[in-house]
Amino acid sequence: MRSQALRGQYALVGMAESAVGVVPDKSPRELCVEVTLNAVKDAGLSLADCDGLITCNAFAEPILYHAEAVAEYLGWQPRHCVTVNTGGGTTFMAINMAVAAIAAGMADTIVVAMADSLRSFMTRDQAMVVQSSSGHPHYEQPYGPTVPAYYALIARAHMDRFGTTEAQFAEAAVSCRAWANQHPNAQKRELITVDDVLQSRPIADPLKVLDCSLVSDGGAAVVITRRERAQDGPHKPIYVLGYGEGHAYEHISQAKDLTTSAAVLAGDAAYAAAGLTPDQIDLMQLYDCFTPALLIQLEDLGFCRKGEGGDFLASGVTRPGGSKPLNTHGGMLSHCHPGNPGAMFGLTEAMLQMRGAAQARQLADIQTALCHAQGGIMSSHATLILGVEETL
Amino acid sequence: MMRCQRGELQLQHCNHCQHVVFYPRTHCDACQGDSLSWRPASGKGVIATYTVVRRGVSADFPAPYIIALIDLAEGPRMMSQIIDAEPEALSSGLSVTVDFESWSDSITLPVFRLATGRTP
Repeated sequence: MRSQALRGQYALVGMAESAVGVVPDKSPRELCVEVTLNAVKDAGLSLADCDGLITCNAFAEPILYHAEAVAEYLGWQPRHCVTVNTGGGTTFMAINMAVAAIAAGMADTIVVAMADSLRSFMTRDQAMVVQSSSGHPHYEQPYGPTVPAYYALIARAHMDRFGTTEAQFAEAAVSCRAWANQHPNAQKRELITVDDVLQSRPIADPLKVLDCSLVSDGGAAVVITRRERAQDGPHKPIYVLGYGEGHAYEHISQAKDLTTSAAVLAGDAAYAAAGLTPDQIDLMQLYDCFTPALLIQLEDLGFCRKGEGGDFLASGVTRPGGSKPLNTHGGMLSHCHPGNPGAMFGLTEAMLQMRGAAQARQLADIQTALCHAQGGIMSSHATLILGVEETL
Repeated sequence: MMRCQRGELQLQHCNHCQHVVFYPRTHCDACQGDSLSWRPASGKGVIATYTVVRRGVSADFPAPYIIALIDLAEGPRMMSQIIDAEPEALSSGLSVTVDFESWSDSITLPVFRLATGRTP
């Protein structure tokens, strides 16, 4: 979407979230089926009105042909059916693939559905090992790195280069928790302080357990269609204004730069496609797998200058009542993080805020939102910019 | 990694553009040339960044242990462990030298320890 040709031509018309956190009574496949049906219903449609399905695989219940298996379970034969796997970036890459598939005439109305159950269908050790397996099998994994350790290497580099402090990283967790406190379904709702984060259990210096996202069960789905088909649904259509990607490396030891990520590339492309600048974004929904990742995205996506992410977070502008709301559902640090589907909840929250349906945490007049996700160890990035009718 | 078992760290050099390649590949990641030679490395480097892992990845890796990215004197950056160092003694930019630890009967890994004396 380098040009603005697709701007406003495709809209998100339905959404659903499952229960999140600890959800032992449904398998990942059953959660995926549930949110698929509920998102279609939310759009005021039936499965027969939809002809595409995009899913991602589940760590806790891997299925070789995942999307096909979900469609089969539903007795549905969509003409476009594909499983996407780009790690944490899967969500917005899948949205872009849905737009591209519709633009290419492969489908008219596509459901993007994702669910996984890292909490109830895997042991903590299994979840740890499977996620750490993103490391290079010969040149990283033999040294015993964990996913928090990979991000700790980035955190240390940012501290060394810009003087960022552990307390400033902690501000990201405090901000997300303050929003989660207002969300009835969030996995962690009790308010925390910077001191709570600093005093929490060390995981990989300088990261403590409260700098790390949750391990959760859960799923979410959205329905996307052409603009002209989006007008008759029960909810305000939420339009895709722009999208961009950036891919820098796969393994952290191959990163050319530890403190600036390819989020710069993804953001630049998305802003150009949307015809917007960072100061025109009303709501930020960023990828908070670990607090330093969130801080670096704030810089790389232009919400503050490089090296000033710590001051930006510490100023309190991202918290409830602040001028730069960030992760208003609580993010993966506090709402839930079921693995690859994690960023779906950043997207569904943006839709709720733009519909005006975010209950106690509803913000006034959210017309634009930027959703960002990343895969690997800050390796590959996807930025999605959304807008309401008035922004077209 | 037979060379590591002999206590030698070697790196691939591109015969076409002289780029030092790490991790080892069939093609140079600077020019995509496919003619590469192994040459002995100095075993010297500096810490680019590091972390003390407090919760190990599995029972095979009892915590704490130190993982670092090392900028080798020849240019490439590699992940490794720093052994026999107190966490408080670490900081980015410190010089390190290679050592070798056996990981299994057939695999020996290059690891690093803090260099004694001044950085050259």
